[in-house]
Amino acid sequence: MNFDLTEERQMLQDSLRRFLRDNQEALSASTRLGNADNTSGFDAGIWAKLAELGVIGALFSEEDGGFGGAGFDLTTVFEELGRAGAVEPLLDTAILGGGLIAALGTETQKELVEQVIGGELHLALAHGEPNSRYDLAQVETRAEADGDDIVLSGRKAVVVNAEAADYLIVSARETGSAGDEAGISLFLVPRDSAGVSLRGYPLMAGGRAAEVDLDGLRLTADARLGAAGAGYAALKRAINRAEVAQAAETLGAMEAATNLTREYLLTRQQFGRPIGSFQALQHRMATLLIELEQARSAVINAAGHLEASAAEQALQIAAARNLVGRAGRLVAEESIQLHGGIAMTEEYELAHIAKRIVMADHRFGDTDTQLERFLDQSAA
Amino acid sequence: MDLNYSAEEQAFRAEVRTFLAQKLPKEMSEAIRVGRELGKEDHEKWHAILNEQGWLAPNWPKEFGGCEWNAVQRHIFEEECCRAHAPRIVPFGLSMLAPVLQKFGSKEQQDHYLPRILSGEDWWCQGYSEPGAGSDLASLKTRAVREGDHYVVNGQKTWTTLGQHANWIFCLVRTDPEAKQQSGISFLLIDMNTPGIEVRPIILLDGTHEVNEVWFTDVKVPVENLVGEENKGWTYAKYLLTHERTNIAGVGFSRAGLDAVKRMAKSQMHRGRPLIENAHFVARLARAEIDLMAMSTTNLRIISRAAAGQAPGVESSMLKVKGTEIRQEINDLARRAAGAYAMPFVSEALEGGNEPAMGPEGSAATAPQYFNNRKLSIFGGSNEIQKNIIAKVKLGGGA
Repeated sequence: MNFDLTEERQMLQDSLRRFLRDNQEALSASTRLGNADNTSGFDAGIWAKLAELGVIGALFSEEDGGFGGAGFDLTTVFEELGRAGAVEPLLDTAILGGGLIAALGTETQKELVEQVIGGELHLALAHGEPNSRYDLAQVETRAEADGDDIVLSGRKAVVVNAEAADYLIVSARETGSAGDEAGISLFLVPRDSAGVSLRGYPLMAGGRAAEVDLDGLRLTADARLGAAGAGYAALKRAINRAEVAQAAETLGAMEAATNLTREYLLTRQQFGRPIGSFQALQHRMATLLIELEQARSAVINAAGHLEASAAEQALQIAAARNLVGRAGRLVAEESIQLHGGIAMTEEYELAHIAKRIVMADHRFGDTDTQLERFLDQSAA
Repeated sequence: MDLNYSAEEQAFRAEVRTFLAQKLPKEMSEAIRVGRELGKEDHEKWHAILNEQGWLAPNWPKEFGGCEWNAVQRHIFEEECCRAHAPRIVPFGLSMLAPVLQKFGSKEQQDHYLPRILSGEDWWCQGYSEPGAGSDLASLKTRAVREGDHYVVNGQKTWTTLGQHANWIFCLVRTDPEAKQQSGISFLLIDMNTPGIEVRPIILLDGTHEVNEVWFTDVKVPVENLVGEENKGWTYAKYLLTHERTNIAGVGFSRAGLDAVKRMAKSQMHRGRPLIENAHFVARLARAEIDLMAMSTTNLRIISRAAAGQAPGVESSMLKVKGTEIRQEINDLARRAAGAYAMPFVSEALEGGNEPAMGPEGSAATAPQYFNNRKLSIFGGSNEIQKNIIAKVKLGGGA
């Protein structure tokens, strides 16, 4: 048994941590609330450097042109991004977009993965819909054959990174009805195609997303990613990887929140002494540190089972995200409370970090949804 | 024991309800219902409507132009206002400064300032907290030095709510730096247009400009703007804080919040069924509702005692803690109900321009409100300070 990072991952962690710390200012400028000047939602310079450092490559296996791709590679990278409060869309472009193309793409389509690893291409997964909430199979968007063409119509909700993406990976139903796993296909769609319209907006926790309307989007069969109607399994697999990455990112943000809170308790003076000398606050800080270690172990559990059977994967991921969701909310809320008013201000780092933690619960399934998935698996 | 309102109280409720149905502007209640922010003009408009009705100052004695309602009537009024999605009355002049002036102010101060509060001519803000004086308010450092017929004020106040709209500020200032902390503080009324005052916005984590820093550099304040006696300001401040804590339970806000969550949960689909049918979600909702039902009765118990002339003790601290916990829990439920549509930060939606609708009604406001209302357990005496008060009273000795 060994819980240490391998030498390679330790190096990756060190260099990424140093890079993000040295570029804190650029990260902050690109990520803060309602940054209307920035229509991509992130900093292009940072993105290029992340590619150069090999951070994107670390998220792909050697077979796919990278040099990592395992669960602990994902968690190493995303924990650091979380600590720094970075909103750069590695989850969207690399894990979801790149991951799906690597899994399903033809040789020609897979050339895009190389561009992703090089930092030259952005992707977004256009899957969720206004009525789907967190249910992967609730696809109402239709893909209808029209001669040799396929025509897509529907609406995709809260598509993160859509505006910056060169291609959208769009899910649409070729057969069956909403809720069926069978019948869902994935399509690789240039974002500027006729029939695709975007309504973009900033996100509460930084970065951007868009509502994507598909109105008679006309594609040829070679736009299809993988076999017709068989997209669900790959989608599930990509989302599993994204959930592990998301949990690790939240863990990193929880570390940042607890570090800031600890420092504040040691320095803030009220009633003639540091507020960290009050036992009522000391115990609450101790609780946060206990929950932080619980979250770390939950993320290790999930990452360590990313190659396990589908059932085991599902159980471990649901468990990790439920725990991280609960512990994350506690850490975010208590960190703000232990700080007091200063943590309510947009310019203080904790405000952004707390938003990263809480809003992560709205991607891929919230704490309650994860609990349901866990119950489904443990009953099975 | 009788849990029912008297016939008179019920008639009063009906009267309030009719007034709100007739006079509350529809666009205002609609904005509040979906969580949009109101501007200065909206606040002023509603203030004027209430003033015309004579219902602007429920807690003021009749001699000053108030309603002199008892605690039960005030509660009914607040409850109905929340139910109808009426704007919150900006409290700084009406329910915070006014009681202090009525009790400790000079006849001249009462005659001059109270009518201007009612007419809306003056918009007051509160100069209490400082960067180094939050929970430990008595450690405040803003200095006022008497020079002839003026005080010269230097220092900085913070968390000044809606200070950007205010033309007057009531301030706690240190007039005797040698005295023990609480004894050297005075209560000053300061015209915001005096040279040397600068208001700097603080943007909160939900992107709103609600609070400010107020800086004082050699600000000359006439001595007649001192309330009561010099160095007795702490007594007046404490008196004011007991008024700040009325309606601290926020029962009406919680009721309206729960209704909004239920509406959203009916419209949101979860695994192909309405979210309101989901066992995990409704269990959370039910717990919040059960807590609210009990807390609302605790609130009435205290109100009913207050109406009988008994001063509230630690109960108001208990209400503050429980009431804010419940409100925050409901804010949490609202963002959960919104699902992925809690993620967008759509400022146009908050300002009324979100067309066509994106996500379920009200969803755009859920995350901003969740984050903004973290303040509930911080301001007005943080919940930790409230627990210190409870512990001190019940356990004695040091807190």
